[in-house]
Amino acid sequence: MVENGIGASVRRKEDKRFLIGKGNYTDDINVAAQTHACFVRSPHAHATINSIDTGEAMASTGVVAVLTGDDLAADGIGPLICGVTVTSDDGEPHRAPAHPALAQGKVNYVGDHVAIVIAETLAQARDAAEKVDIDYGVLPAVTDTGSAADEGQQQIHEVAPNNMCFNWPFGEKDAVEAAFASAHKISTLDLVNNRMVTNPMEPRAALGEYNEGTEEITLHLTTQNPHVHRLVLSAFNQLAPEHKLRVVGPDVGGGFGAKIFVYAEELVVGWACRKVKRPVKWTSDRTEAFLSDAHGRDHVATAEMAMDENGKFLAMRVMTQANLGAYLSTFATMVPSYLYAFLLAGQYTTPLIYSEVKAVFTNTAPVDACRGAGRPEATYLVERLVDVAAADMGLDPAEIRRRNFIPVDAFPYQTPVVQCYDSGDYEAALDKAMAMADYDSFSARADEARTRGKRRGIGLSSYVEACGIAPSAAVGQLGAGVGLWESAQVRFNPTGNVQVFTGTHSHGQGHETTFAQLVTEQLGVPFENIEVIHGDTAKTQFGMGTYGSRSLAVGGVAIAKACEKLIAKGKKIAAHALEAAEGDIEFADGNFSVAGTDKAMNIAEVAFTAYVPHSYPEGLEPGFDENAFFDPLNFSFPAGTHICEVEVDPETGVVEIVKYTAVDDFGKLVNPMIVEGQVHGGIVHGVGQALLEGCRYDSEGQLITASYMDYAMPRADNVPSFDIDYAPTNPPHNPLGVKGCGEAGAIGAPPAVINAISNALGIKHIDMPATPENVWRAAQTAALG
Amino acid sequence: MYEFSYHKSASVDGAVEAMNKAEDGKFVAGGQTMLPTMKHRLAAPSDIIDLGGIAELVGITVEGDSINIGAMTTHAAVAASGDVQTMIPMLAKLAGNIGDPAVRNRGTIGGSIANNDPAADYPAAVLALGATVKTNKREIAGDDFFTGMFETALADDELITSVSFPKPTAAAYMKFENPASRYAIVGVCVAKTDDGIRVAVTGATPCVHRGKQLEEALKGEFSSAACVGVDVPEDQMNADIHASAEYRAHLVKVMTKRAVDACT
Ligand SMILES: Cc1cc2nc3c(=O)[nH]c(=O)nc-3n(C[C@H](O)[C@H](O)[C@H](O)COP(=O)(O)OP(=O)(O)OC[C@H]3O[C@@H](n4cnc5c(N)ncnc54)[C@H](O)[C@@H]3O)c2cc1C
Repeated sequence: MVENGIGASVRRKEDKRFLIGKGNYTDDINVAAQTHACFVRSPHAHATINSIDTGEAMASTGVVAVLTGDDLAADGIGPLICGVTVTSDDGEPHRAPAHPALAQGKVNYVGDHVAIVIAETLAQARDAAEKVDIDYGVLPAVTDTGSAADEGQQQIHEVAPNNMCFNWPFGEKDAVEAAFASAHKISTLDLVNNRMVTNPMEPRAALGEYNEGTEEITLHLTTQNPHVHRLVLSAFNQLAPEHKLRVVGPDVGGGFGAKIFVYAEELVVGWACRKVKRPVKWTSDRTEAFLSDAHGRDHVATAEMAMDENGKFLAMRVMTQANLGAYLSTFATMVPSYLYAFLLAGQYTTPLIYSEVKAVFTNTAPVDACRGAGRPEATYLVERLVDVAAADMGLDPAEIRRRNFIPVDAFPYQTPVVQCYDSGDYEAALDKAMAMADYDSFSARADEARTRGKRRGIGLSSYVEACGIAPSAAVGQLGAGVGLWESAQVRFNPTGNVQVFTGTHSHGQGHETTFAQLVTEQLGVPFENIEVIHGDTAKTQFGMGTYGSRSLAVGGVAIAKACEKLIAKGKKIAAHALEAAEGDIEFADGNFSVAGTDKAMNIAEVAFTAYVPHSYPEGLEPGFDENAFFDPLNFSFPAGTHICEVEVDPETGVVEIVKYTAVDDFGKLVNPMIVEGQVHGGIVHGVGQALLEGCRYDSEGQLITASYMDYAMPRADNVPSFDIDYAPTNPPHNPLGVKGCGEAGAIGAPPAVINAISNALGIKHIDMPATPENVWRAAQTAALG
Repeated sequence: MYEFSYHKSASVDGAVEAMNKAEDGKFVAGGQTMLPTMKHRLAAPSDIIDLGGIAELVGITVEGDSINIGAMTTHAAVAASGDVQTMIPMLAKLAGNIGDPAVRNRGTIGGSIANNDPAADYPAAVLALGATVKTNKREIAGDDFFTGMFETALADDELITSVSFPKPTAAAYMKFENPASRYAIVGVCVAKTDDGIRVAVTGATPCVHRGKQLEEALKGEFSSAACVGVDVPEDQMNADIHASAEYRAHLVKVMTKRAVDACT
């Protein structure tokens, strides 16, 4: 193994600056003559704006400008867009109501942006914001997902009758119905996938600077994808032409999806800095983050499974209603459709699947991708339904899974829902997890717990997900407005050290380390001589950014391709210098050598020669600096089995996770320590959804979980030490043999936890979050003996 | 935060004088409740009188069979005090479980009880142990101190100087935490004192209160079984997204039972 190469748990090089407080986050950046912005937000979930009087605010101390939707419209800026089209059952594209960056005549959720107040200090901006006088005509609000499209509901957008965004059927309805009609048994489950607030540690922020001389806007943003931000702000929001707009995503403190999207505040700050000709800075406070970051999940669904007498799955039918919030966020439509329904096969051979997704508007914050995006919703539904089916058939949950797994020799496996899984060994992961979790002796532990008045339960979750987003052709066919390749540039400096420019963006994932390991492995350059650069449209080539666990599986391969080009060019240079034929040059461990001789040249020397080409191959370009783009041929399909064991206190309803086992297939691991960190974080995110996190609006549309006093985030004492291992398979289409690992935990964990609680109490189902009171109630009705 | 004038005094008298001069002044101790409230623009005092410079308000002293804790003593200091751990271990444990380390290193006992948050922990201990609240003006019996939600017997210019806790024969505090804030959804403090058995309940109702029926039942027989038949009326309970009135009433009994078991 190359030192610090693939497979080594190298310590993260980025951590030094974070640990000593030298990170450079958007809010850390201050520039001369900077002003501060405060957004005036709607206190009402649904209201017309009769008038806005900015007079008193303008006269307030230190105020530079107060701008409203009229100013924005007059300058032709916006509206915000949604980049993926879903075709509704009437053959029309999904309904897309206008999404102005500052409200125009109407507000549609609490936190909706109405005006921006810009002042010399933040305190002055906040004082003045309170003086913007807005006359609202309050309307009834729609907040409940399940009933948003019901007859007689308050209408939110004229273009969306019955508050429907789309009704998207998928699959062979008639064949599924026929299979149900002749099934031996049908299992049914109604469930809710609870709404989550994404909660990255660093709140969103934007700092806009306008250079009157060059007419260029520089926007420092909390973004997971600087080039996508620039593209959308330029091409669709009319902020500035792409070459006059620089977007920088410096250090970003977590994203989990919430920082993919182009938000109103970002566009408004970019526009306002040019208008006031002063830099404008805005940093979200935590309350604003709760109110205005895109939320996640929020489905209600009914799932049915038809089985034969052996518990073989014959067909599955799923009816889902998904809440998209008040407006469409950047990728909102894709999440409950393609990222959801195409995963409904799970790990199983279910031959027929029919799904209908009704997406609705409500007077709540926009809903979009949140760690896993659609795949946690699909996995939760499938893995819960499978447990219900097992109970209905009198089979052990492990046994019914085995009977229905896609067998290891069936890959690549074409599911009935578009996805073609490239590799997997589901039974291997299940076996390993069951052994690690000591599944077979569970009943002894349950008996012992009973003597202490506790109820133990064990729950399985055998998940598969589609990440490494994604083949451009595939997403193009599905209506995405972008391609999802990735780019890289690997540049040698004349002194032999290397700068790697990636189009992905690291906001906690450790790319600076992992990507340097790839280059060390491939080019033999010492790890410490490699710097990974990302996150600035003025520095790196166009790239698509980081989400959907794509950075290594797509971006990493682009780096490898650029390295291959360097090796090919290096062979020419070495052949000339070593006076050998190009075909005789071999490259290994950083050295170009003439086969069968001891004549060799280090890659650093080759790089130097390329920049000082005094004696150089004729016709060859100088320089040692290569670009590559990689567009994958398929998604990446991580999979695995998670097993959760809980102990429930029936007297209080408190659930303690006593053991958690995860066996995942992520293909090859580049940095096992970083992967383990991603698995831990993902599981905790999933446990948070299962036990603690529930974003709640009241019937008037007030967010009642708008702070950490009421929104319960998981903490260290909510989880045990995890038992983690891997059951890797080799994904044939991925040149590095890697799969994504960033979301798997959040996808696998929720059903494992809820299956364990259901098992402990002997109940069919309990909705998430399984709060103590809900568990206590379930325990009461289960009348535990 | 709105603008305010800031004062820091080295003496109790100086602080009270500053308060009397202020239009709408507020004492600030650890600031753990005061500052977030001001940052959220929910409070706008004209003057802030910082008690942080008054040395005489800090410290823990044993006075016979009682422990006297200065108002500006932090939760962390109470939790770490050998005297408290020896004489009233329950109190050290209670303090050590308030909030998080940052809160415990700033927040004070005086601030906590002056604030009288319905879900705070210390008020349950003050009531159950029959503590005495000492101020710059007088001594107030624990039973008379907490008068309503966020309300106390303190006058506007009255400053808590210390709280004196008599040593109980046995005492235990059982807290059922709110999963989000980790304040008490229900907290029950049971104490065997010279004054008999005292039960104080926090979190469950708008203001900390004595569980008189539970006390009666426990006087007959000090055992968790004695609590089972007691009627805890639901209609007086708080209700929110974390716990309904019914669930809180149930938890009052469960936490009492567990506190009794921990006492015996
Ligand atoms: C994240 C977090 C978690 C918390 N968790 C818990 C918990 O689990 N349990 C719990 O009980 N509490 C909890 N708290 C509250 C914490 O204990 C506070 O420290 C306490 O409520 C207030 O104490 P303070 O010293 O910070 O007072 P301050 O915030 O400074 O003041 C609070 C009030 O008391 C008044 N005051 C302060 N000192 C005096 C005095 N000597 N005389 C008269 N009036 C005075 C002030 O004027 C103000 O009105 C938490 C707080 C936070 C921020």
